[in-house]
Amino acid sequence: MMLRRVRAVAQKEIIQILRDPRSLMVVLLMPLMQMALLGYGVNLDIKHVPACVFDREGSQQSQSLLKAFQASQYFSVVESERTYADVTRAIDAGRCKIAIVVPHDFSETLANANAASVQAILDATDDNTANIALGYAQAVIGAASGNIQLERAQAMGQPPPVVPAVAEYRVWYNEDLVSRNYIMPGVVALVMALVGAQLTSLTISREWERGTMEVLVSTPVTSLELMAGKILPYFVIGLIDAAFCLMIAVFWFQAPFRGSISTLFFTTSLFLVVVLGLGYFISASIKSQVGASQIALVATLLPTTLLSGFAFPIEQMPAPIQWLTYLVPARYYFSILKSIFLKGSGIADLAAPIAALALYAAVVGLLAARAFKKTLG
Amino acid sequence: MTDAPSRPAVEVRGLTKRFGARTAVDSLGFACAAGEVFGFVGPDGAGKTTIMRLLAAVMPPDAGSIVIEGVDAVREPERVRSHVSYMPQRFGLYEDLTVDENIAFFAELFGIRRNDRDARAARLLAASGMTPFRKRRAGQLSGGMKQKLGLTCSLIHTPKVLLLDEPTAGVDPVSRRDFWRILYGLRGEGVAIVVATSYLDEAERCGRLGLMREGRMLYCDTPSALKALMPGEILAIAAPAPRAARDVVASLEGVGGAILMGDSVHVVVDGAARRLGAIEAALAAANVPFDEIERIAPSIEDLFVSLLTEKAE
Repeated sequence: MMLRRVRAVAQKEIIQILRDPRSLMVVLLMPLMQMALLGYGVNLDIKHVPACVFDREGSQQSQSLLKAFQASQYFSVVESERTYADVTRAIDAGRCKIAIVVPHDFSETLANANAASVQAILDATDDNTANIALGYAQAVIGAASGNIQLERAQAMGQPPPVVPAVAEYRVWYNEDLVSRNYIMPGVVALVMALVGAQLTSLTISREWERGTMEVLVSTPVTSLELMAGKILPYFVIGLIDAAFCLMIAVFWFQAPFRGSISTLFFTTSLFLVVVLGLGYFISASIKSQVGASQIALVATLLPTTLLSGFAFPIEQMPAPIQWLTYLVPARYYFSILKSIFLKGSGIADLAAPIAALALYAAVVGLLAARAFKKTLG
Repeated sequence: MTDAPSRPAVEVRGLTKRFGARTAVDSLGFACAAGEVFGFVGPDGAGKTTIMRLLAAVMPPDAGSIVIEGVDAVREPERVRSHVSYMPQRFGLYEDLTVDENIAFFAELFGIRRNDRDARAARLLAASGMTPFRKRRAGQLSGGMKQKLGLTCSLIHTPKVLLLDEPTAGVDPVSRRDFWRILYGLRGEGVAIVVATSYLDEAERCGRLGLMREGRMLYCDTPSALKALMPGEILAIAAPAPRAARDVVASLEGVGGAILMGDSVHVVVDGAARRLGAIEAALAAANVPFDEIERIAPSIEDLFVSLLTEKAE
């Protein structure tokens, strides 16, 4: 391998990139747009679920229970109903996702049996939202009824009621359980996988399509020199893109960042080598630009969204699908980013996923170098 | 090496390339010495481009050997790269790079020292009248200038063998003349030039010619020796409607072939004196006007038609 030829190819590639402002804009703006789209679009937190209430008792206790709903950030009480028919209509019309019905004997049963039931009616067309809303409702009702019992006991001069063992939660790394904190590293991994493979997917197929490859293969340049020279400029662009994405995640979307920049830089570089190599491999294997770009898109978008653990937790997948996720490079980068962002992990903590990415980089590099042949057809 | 002067720069034996059932090049053998211009001529699909690609070692042959400057180009294609320069039929340079940047790129790939590159580039660009356009992007050059830039890039590493595939296709006559002047200059420097062309005037500039049809080299000799091979003689019919005239005479007895050449028809006959009367009579009978019919010395075109049609029969 001659560095001089690598440099010649890289210089030529840089001139071509700079002289094509439209594709340069695409390269720099595409990640920004994807970050904005995914950062705002993907939000797994459910807050302010529209709720209606139907208080059949109208007592002080029932009102304080419903006030707890009103006060909670998880619900916004949009209307109060007077009949079951009104409740049905409100849910049918989609004005509320959940209806809380307090029975007419709520305070009485609470006093006598130490347990009362409150009815919750849920619109489960979106079962995920319904499930989460139900959980919130249980928590709100549980807390409110505990307070009611406590107040009553104090009023009557009795010892507070015996409460069974209660779990005390300490949530680590993402204390507020804000899903964005966990999503942003995933969005960065997704965007980098998409952009990285796109960057290099055109580089070889363009030369075939424009007819410049026929001369290039008749020169002494080796396939390794060509690969190095072509990937190098895109590596720099990829790092710029990554810096943009990470800064958007931290400064715009306020994702907490607890790790070190050097760990981030090292692991991001490693991941870039993998995805750029993947794009180069596709470009060298498919001699049309459109074909290579589309295959690069499908090869990165689908596995990264479905199998990286970003949208669906890997632990929940059936075993064969879990094995499949080991083939998705974004899986490692996503877990690395999550750890760096939320846990502040260093390189030593991340040895396993880093080793996996390094292995991946070596395999992809080898495949890419072999995919390019200095012969026509 | 002591035998260098006697060894041909390019030596090809039994070269064969198949694409599926079709044999694009069929056991080709030829040699091209240093300072020689060897031309391949033939109709489209005769295998000329495939020959050039095989010689440039950008396509592996199915059989046969290519030895360039004593190196086996089939077995060790990378070892002949620095001796060979290949200019494909399609413009193979970077249109978004300037003239100078294209030259610098190829000079770097071949490991040329910067001083050598600058001196050589200046000389080559001056010879082709390209000096004022050094900062212009290759995509904005005319067809002729693109080809001259291609040639300049091909020559920047002083190759010993130059392979040109239809180098002046679509090039204006002035650029074409410049182009050939450079090639003649190279011949003096001892460069072996192998050129594929479908322009027959270009073919006449070659030292030796290989006539190709359907992958086979039917004849190989100097243009004048090939003309002497010509079976029969040529009659040129000047006619206002040359197509009609051709259709009339093509089927006459003793006519080997007829081709359109501008405003006239060239007819290959077994004997000019013997067939003249019959041709005049046939044209008159068919009511096709003609001005004069004269016997001419065969051009490469005539030769081509005559030899290739004869072999076909």
